[in-house]
Amino acid sequence: MPNIIGASKKSFVTGNETAAWACLVAGADMMFGYPITPQNEIMHYWTRLAPKYGRGFLQTEDELSAGFTVCGSVQSGKKAFTATAGPGNVLMQEPFGMAEAMRLPLLAIIQQRGGPSSGTVVYSQQEVTLTTFGGNGEGMRIVYSTASHQDIYDYIIKGFNMAWKHRFPVFILGDGYQAKMREPLEMYNPEDRGIEMVKPYPLIGVEGKISAGREPQHLNNIYSLEEELYEVVMKVAAEYEALEDSIVEYDEKNCDDADIIILSHGVVSRAADDAVKILRAQGIKAGYFRPITLRPYPHKQLRNAIAKSGAKKLLIAESAYGQLERLTKQEIFGETIKIESLFRPGVGIIDYDIINKVKSVL
Amino acid sequence: MNAPAVLKVPKSWYLPSKPHKFCPGCGHGIVLKALGEVIDELDIQDQTIFGCDIGCSLLAWDFFACDSTQTHHGRTTPVMVGIKRSRPELVCIGYMGDGGGYSIGSQHLVNAAVRNEKITLILVNNTNYGMTGGQMAPTTLPGQKTETSPYGRDPETTGYPTMGPEFLSELTPDSAYIARASVSKYKQLKKYLKSALRNQMEGNGFSFVEVLSTCPTNWRTNAGQTWNFVEDEMEKYFPVKEFKNPLGKGDK
Repeated sequence: MPNIIGASKKSFVTGNETAAWACLVAGADMMFGYPITPQNEIMHYWTRLAPKYGRGFLQTEDELSAGFTVCGSVQSGKKAFTATAGPGNVLMQEPFGMAEAMRLPLLAIIQQRGGPSSGTVVYSQQEVTLTTFGGNGEGMRIVYSTASHQDIYDYIIKGFNMAWKHRFPVFILGDGYQAKMREPLEMYNPEDRGIEMVKPYPLIGVEGKISAGREPQHLNNIYSLEEELYEVVMKVAAEYEALEDSIVEYDEKNCDDADIIILSHGVVSRAADDAVKILRAQGIKAGYFRPITLRPYPHKQLRNAIAKSGAKKLLIAESAYGQLERLTKQEIFGETIKIESLFRPGVGIIDYDIINKVKSVL
Repeated sequence: MNAPAVLKVPKSWYLPSKPHKFCPGCGHGIVLKALGEVIDELDIQDQTIFGCDIGCSLLAWDFFACDSTQTHHGRTTPVMVGIKRSRPELVCIGYMGDGGGYSIGSQHLVNAAVRNEKITLILVNNTNYGMTGGQMAPTTLPGQKTETSPYGRDPETTGYPTMGPEFLSELTPDSAYIARASVSKYKQLKKYLKSALRNQMEGNGFSFVEVLSTCPTNWRTNAGQTWNFVEDEMEKYFPVKEFKNPLGKGDK
């Protein structure tokens, strides 16, 4: 890998610029994309950087094409990625489904915008359900919900590795706020942190000549018999579940003695973090729990936080109308903790929104 | 004494998947035989990537001893574009029906042509959706009866048949290869397929062959009627010829 960043350095950049740099240092070969706000600048930076490092780009005719060209590129052995949002994320569920079915290690950066429909171009956390369980499949994906530019940078590097190591599609779930705002970021070459980048390899167009005896690679995603499909889905599910413990990531603070645990993900977790500090300073025993991976979900860790704290309430705060809540409820089914909610679909949440809600329910 | 006749099949065919699963009288077998012979003659078995659309064309997914991939309905074109853009040394062949190419995947076809993507697309036109049970397709002829045009296709309400090579010729630069062949004219079909692959191999540009084909199962025709429909009805409506050939006259 070329020394792209040089010595590790602080930058003051947008999340979209962060994403482009992260893909570059992670060794991404190709980006296929289609314009949609708020992810556009990922393409803008990538198209400026890519030719200098021998990387490729194609602006496709739509998100279906962007997703399927990524699938083809990955099949041919290249680290390929795309970025999208909102209605584009809806269209890309079709190629993401093919990636799930054929175990194609693609990486997609989702910068959530308001919904439903065209919604807003600004911000939301309303693509949680779509990104975790979209498509006509079983959600065999890895979804990282980032909260900061450092997260975007770190988890894109990690995401490419997880994709190529385990061959599950990986999603970096950001949002319009993270996409557009500037904040400090520490950029680095992965190698300088001892991170070894997993090498991509082809699934078709592989080594060896068929004419000299190599078996042809026939990749498929459709089956004649119910039982054939069943065997494949069950095998993939078993592999996914066996990996869950090694993939799951979360952050937890002040849960040991908490009366109320505030559960949030992504950029909202920053407000939750501040809210907990302020509440603690006021003598209110609040705890903080943030799933970093939404798929797989840190359900054991959340159950443990609830158990050890003895908290009576779990407050779920999200910029959506209950998408994180539904996901959480199914993951911790059977817990008797009272669940309160702060739903602000498509708008931001600040510390005082959470503090006021906590005080109203305690 | 003559030796007993031996069935001669192209080297690039994948024998474990034979006999193939197309209906008796289906034209796909003819197209795939011609394609197999062309792959052999061009000696590109080892660098060919064969991509299959959903529909009857899917039954060809393991037809060749070449690396191949299934895609989704209409999405073979972008998958092939993604592979070719990533690995230009590979020869990428997208194989689809008229529904996949001209209806659900038409935006990909149009834009791949406009970008002059260096891939070869083979679109088999049998004037209906065969796999799903014989519905009206973009290529169904005026008056032709299908499951979703049981009284015959009415152009007033459903438009006229899509003329693929005609509009693709308008969209592409001179370096593209565009042709329409027919399973009733085997030598010409082979020649067109060969030119479409050579055009990709020489790095010229987009290469496209529509092949007029048969569907006796859904047409509900016997052998004579099937052949008559291709030669008399279809070839009259859809001109069989090269529309664009940057290679000049090509092989005789």
